[in-house]
Amino acid sequence: MEASVPGGRIAWQEVAVTRIVEQTPTVKSFFLMPQRWTSFVAGQHVDVRLTAPDGYQAERSYSVGSAPGAPEVELVIERLTEGEVSPFFHEVVMPGDAIEIRGPIGGHFVWRKEDGGPVLLVGGGSGVVPLMSMLRARAALAPDVPMALVYSARTVGDVIFRNEMLARAEAEPGFALHVAVTRETPADERFHAGRIDAALIGEVLAGLGGAPRHAYVCGSNPFVDAATGLLIDMGVRFETIRTERYGGEPAEGGTAPALPEE
Amino acid sequence: MAITRGFFGRRPSEEEARRLPPGQYLERGFPVLSAGATPRVATDSWRFTLKVGPRPVKSWTWEAFNELPLTALKRDIHCVTKWSKFDTNWEGVTIDDVLADAGLAPPTDFVLAHAYDGYSTNVPFGDLTGDRAMVAIRYEGAPIAPDHGGPARLFVPHLYFWKSAKWLNALQFTERDEAGFWELRGYHMYGDPWREQRFTGD
Repeated sequence: MEASVPGGRIAWQEVAVTRIVEQTPTVKSFFLMPQRWTSFVAGQHVDVRLTAPDGYQAERSYSVGSAPGAPEVELVIERLTEGEVSPFFHEVVMPGDAIEIRGPIGGHFVWRKEDGGPVLLVGGGSGVVPLMSMLRARAALAPDVPMALVYSARTVGDVIFRNEMLARAEAEPGFALHVAVTRETPADERFHAGRIDAALIGEVLAGLGGAPRHAYVCGSNPFVDAATGLLIDMGVRFETIRTERYGGEPAEGGTAPALPEE
Repeated sequence: MAITRGFFGRRPSEEEARRLPPGQYLERGFPVLSAGATPRVATDSWRFTLKVGPRPVKSWTWEAFNELPLTALKRDIHCVTKWSKFDTNWEGVTIDDVLADAGLAPPTDFVLAHAYDGYSTNVPFGDLTGDRAMVAIRYEGAPIAPDHGGPARLFVPHLYFWKSAKWLNALQFTERDEAGFWELRGYHMYGDPWREQRFTGD
């Protein structure tokens, strides 16, 4: 089932930043308290708008990590050295500040409990953010749906939501976590060393009981191309795969949205 | 307008600012966004079909399509994800040349573009005629890479780039303006970046 943006203009609203939490050395969560936040579906994003004193504005899109029904909206923003907006979030924004957002937006890279499962989530780097929203939605709304997350990060320290993921993997039957760490050999045996490969995907699919009903892949374009190619080689049907790609060189907009083209 | 505490921004140059539609920023790379996996379409099995409603009018193989007159367009492109890229160079066959080769006069005002991955998007015919649009087969002097829509994609640079359907395999004239893939999912029916028509209701 597809979500859709309801008719009528999606209005900008000023929201307060309530909390800021450091996730990794380059990634922070910004918790927002919107006045209006209806019909949010896991996987959607928001547009953010910043205004300078002379009226100059910059807009970016960021994925939402929180689940539907959560009291606050969590934006997870990676600091991109060359960026205009993400360094501002990391270096300037403080709790109590106000920013403008509009959303939720996006009707394709979304998962609702009615969509059912099994569900395979594959994320690279900060591409895990909309997938986390789906994981949290599953735990809250549909704990019987089998869901697996395959997540690639450079180092154990770069794993966003590390503690929460590991705790969920312990506590939630039907949720399988596979974190692949590419640039160091993790001492902790709960992490795989190396890239996501056919052997790992094979293991994950076996755990899910076969090809998933829905697959969501999010990360940089090369990551998404490699991961979707691997899934198709391993028998996942093309039609079941939804992707969200971000990045450009140099990319801005930490995690980009499930948006049309390019 | 609410001023954001501590935000000063990094302004584009005056010329860049003039060429950037509202809410867009200048991108020097070429980001890729698409709804699913990248279909691998081989040129020897590639077919492109022109249709009126359900009726195919003419179909081209890759070889036959490459015999049509090539037009080069240098244009700025604008993605609804907020990046714009200036001075991109494309070569392809204008829609007027496609129609001429099929001996077809435009039978309706609306066109639906279809793609190999099941994607579709609507564009009024008036936005496809002249040198405003084409079926592009080359980007920056080389075949279009699969993740950017090769072998062939629609190219309608004056609208948000989701209208420039990748992996194009058909153009279909329709009686009415019919919504395509993203238009059914909350995105604007027309998508003019200068009027910031991103979503339904914008």
